[in-house]
Amino acid sequence: MLLDALLLQLGYNATLVSVGAALLGGAAGISGTFLFLRKRALVSDAVSHATLPGVGLAFLVMVFLGGDGRNLAGLLFGSAVSAGIGLLCMNWLTRNTRLAEDAAIGAVLSVFFGFGIVLLTVIQTLGVGRQAGLEGFLLGSTAGMLLSDAMIIAGGSALALMVIILMRRPMMLVAFDPEYAAARGLPVHHIDMLMMGLVMAVTVVGLKIVGLILIVALLIIPAVTARFWTERSDRVVVIAGLAGGASAYLGAAISASAPNLPTGPIIVLVSFLLFALSLLFAPNRGVLAAVLRHQRFQRRVHLRQGLLALAQGQPIYEPLTLRLLRRAGLVRADGVATDKGRARAAKALRDEKRWELVRSDLAHEAAAALYDGLREIETVLTPDQIRDIDCRIGGPQEVPA
Amino acid sequence: MSGAEFVPLSLTPLLIGIFAAVACALPGNFLLLRRQALIGDAISHVVLPGIVVAFLLTGAIAAGPMLLGAAGAAVTAVILIEAVRRLGRIEPGAAMGVIFTTMFAGGVLLLEQTDTSTVHLDVEHALYGNLESLIWLDATGWSSLWDLEALRYLPPELPRMALTLLGVAAFIALFWRALKISTFDEGFARTLGIRTDLLGLALVIMAAIAAVAAFDAVGSIIVIAMFICPPAAARMMTNRLEAQIGWSVVFATLSAVLGYVLAGYGPLWLGAADAVSAAGMIATVSGVILAIAARFGPCRHRAGAPAGV
Amino acid sequence: MRQTVELVSNQGTTADQEMDTSPLAIRGLTVTYGEKPAVFSVDMTVEPGKMTAIIGPNGAGKSTLLKAALGIVPPVSGRVQVFGRPLEAMRARIAYVPQRASIDWDFPTRVIDVVMMGLYRELGLLGRIRGHHRTVARDCLDRVGMGDFADRQIGQLSGGQQQRVFLARALAQDADLYLLDEPFAGVDAATEKAIITVLKSLRAAGKSVVVVHHDLATVADYFDNVFLINTRKVAEGPVAEAFTPETLQAAYGGRLATAQIDQLAVVQG
Repeated sequence: MLLDALLLQLGYNATLVSVGAALLGGAAGISGTFLFLRKRALVSDAVSHATLPGVGLAFLVMVFLGGDGRNLAGLLFGSAVSAGIGLLCMNWLTRNTRLAEDAAIGAVLSVFFGFGIVLLTVIQTLGVGRQAGLEGFLLGSTAGMLLSDAMIIAGGSALALMVIILMRRPMMLVAFDPEYAAARGLPVHHIDMLMMGLVMAVTVVGLKIVGLILIVALLIIPAVTARFWTERSDRVVVIAGLAGGASAYLGAAISASAPNLPTGPIIVLVSFLLFALSLLFAPNRGVLAAVLRHQRFQRRVHLRQGLLALAQGQPIYEPLTLRLLRRAGLVRADGVATDKGRARAAKALRDEKRWELVRSDLAHEAAAALYDGLREIETVLTPDQIRDIDCRIGGPQEVPA
Repeated sequence: MSGAEFVPLSLTPLLIGIFAAVACALPGNFLLLRRQALIGDAISHVVLPGIVVAFLLTGAIAAGPMLLGAAGAAVTAVILIEAVRRLGRIEPGAAMGVIFTTMFAGGVLLLEQTDTSTVHLDVEHALYGNLESLIWLDATGWSSLWDLEALRYLPPELPRMALTLLGVAAFIALFWRALKISTFDEGFARTLGIRTDLLGLALVIMAAIAAVAAFDAVGSIIVIAMFICPPAAARMMTNRLEAQIGWSVVFATLSAVLGYVLAGYGPLWLGAADAVSAAGMIATVSGVILAIAARFGPCRHRAGAPAGV
Repeated sequence: MRQTVELVSNQGTTADQEMDTSPLAIRGLTVTYGEKPAVFSVDMTVEPGKMTAIIGPNGAGKSTLLKAALGIVPPVSGRVQVFGRPLEAMRARIAYVPQRASIDWDFPTRVIDVVMMGLYRELGLLGRIRGHHRTVARDCLDRVGMGDFADRQIGQLSGGQQQRVFLARALAQDADLYLLDEPFAGVDAATEKAIITVLKSLRAAGKSVVVVHHDLATVADYFDNVFLINTRKVAEGPVAEAFTPETLQAAYGGRLATAQIDQLAVVQG
């Protein structure tokens, strides 16, 4: 059943939803990346909650004009307008008052959403039945999606993707270093607004499938996931797009394969799964890799400190240092250095003095910059250079037993 | 309006609304100053999965387990956010976004998978609450306030919310000095021997308790709005923390009263027949108050550069 | 050059007797940010009743050393003793003045409230603020020349004034060891003079003062002892012995022009 869904064999409606969701996920992942790199991920939360009053007002206006209140294009237009107003309110609060951005986000989010709920209850009182479907915007609902709805979603996502491809360079520059971008003469404020506009477009387009509460996840989680796999910003964008598209496609397919599996939540959970796997197992930034690296590092620090203490005849207080020295056969059980330990200690002290010289010598400035207390001197200087330094230090010194 | 009508129908929801608003606004002041305003947002989203899990485990809609489940979910979310932030080296906003949306999605999925048709548990209720229904039918007028028989049938949300407010206020009063110092200058607080990590966690837990108790009565929107809007508006009025707390209590109370009255009677004045969502209206009023304070408040501008610039 | 190396290696033998009495004794302290050691295997012994400057190039771990000594950042290894006992037991005897940049200056609080924070250990969680507490706070403000600003919101002060308020807060703590992180960074001349006067009066009262300092030109004027650091300890001791062209060259490397070093070292003979 799931396989059928993945291969788009579940019928017309499910296929529509899957394809639309994949496009939406890709566009959300990519535009969310710019927001994430700009450290404004939760702005999307304010934008998405601020769509609700627009949905309600658009419905009311369309009904009063004698039309069908549920026209998707009309509702989406209304939601875009109110999200835009919410965004302007947020910007105004952070620019003109002492409030920080997080407070402005929270204020806009809750007030707009509250007002939206008021409008929804107003619509409810107008007569039962006519408001059917508006609650679907809260959590998304793909049941009874029309071809025209799917076309709007696919078309909107594709348009957003095109704008991103065109504008990716200035947007990345602003996301990375807005002050530098401003100094280069880029209209930072306008580019910020464009970024927000894209987020708004994706939010509005995604309302129907995942709902306004969960669209935030599609904007944030893929970007965060992608960050684990690369240190290059252009690749973060691509990976986030792929992760977003894949989770949305998979999620839509899973949800179509059985009853009682709502599309929005399933998509979010699939993308969280990708995130969790990345968090744990990514090669460089992953938790597992970091734990291993830190342990290795801590052992190196303790070992080196222990050797220096041995060389200078100082007592060693740290139990971990002693344990590591013993395990390496450098000290005996009673804490006295072995022959090997003395030799290694002498080498460590000698390296210290070599470094001392390197760091006070202008000729070695580049090498000195690499000094961090642990680096082997052989990795930054040639044997000839080391010999030269040794000449200046003089013969090996005796190590106190 | 006479007491005979006001006491049974409006007094309890009004009091519950006020208590909930103040209980959230008090810790909200500190969250705002600590740049953790959105913790309230995160907490209110994860309350839903907490309640659903509690329902699945106990099979009944009982206040005790639900509150425990929601509080547990809030603490879990805070711990997970912190874990993702530190382990993944991700900025706090994004870490929050990952965790609370995922937990909310899990809650919705569980809810859809469970047969809750026989009980009153649905997403809409979780979002807007049901302040209007918390009426005190056994009251006949103001005299009922001294009538033990009638008092026994007070909606249980009222004493619960009052107790929560007392607890939150006691926490803030007890740790006032430590909270103030550690919010202002965390490094200095640590050199004084204040356990700033534990204190920060305790503050978030108090906020979660307030959110959960309030959520039960008024839904999650008003919770977010009350965490942020009254303290934010109060910030525009004064440069002293003590006065800021006072203003936030005033604004929270005002939002609750005005919001409740407008929701209940506003539509009637406009000629419509039915009331609108009180929780939504309270949030809206708090937003209007914030807008006025942000435009005209005497201390609305920054003094000095913002931190980190 | 030999001299520097000996300075480092001799320290270990004499330091252990001093560890019992020193206001601040650090042994084998290593702090890393990620994989990069900011402070590596540093020993430090602060002499009682003296003013000590911690000096080193940018990013040499000066502030990190101070923060780790105070338990604000966790060390990878090493131990810290304050007046011969573990840090936690001796908190009441330490006062710390953080860098100005680490604070949200828009915080809703007045100058006098900030100084009162220094009385936290005395007041406890719930102790009532009494008249003599206010008198102490006022006196401390007067000592740094800020008595007229008690009711201002802290964000309305200039950088130098903010720094003096922080010093007043430390004075209110009535500690025996004062640790200051770059108190002279970006302040006006009047503030610098006010701060140094207060610090010298503390020394006269037998207190120990440790200052992270960046201005080499004033070291000889202001301080008794120096501690030179560049991730490692480079030198430690009285200004006349440890603040020499050789030690400066070792700490600053090619980053400080040789001529400048000679000139500075001449100042203190």
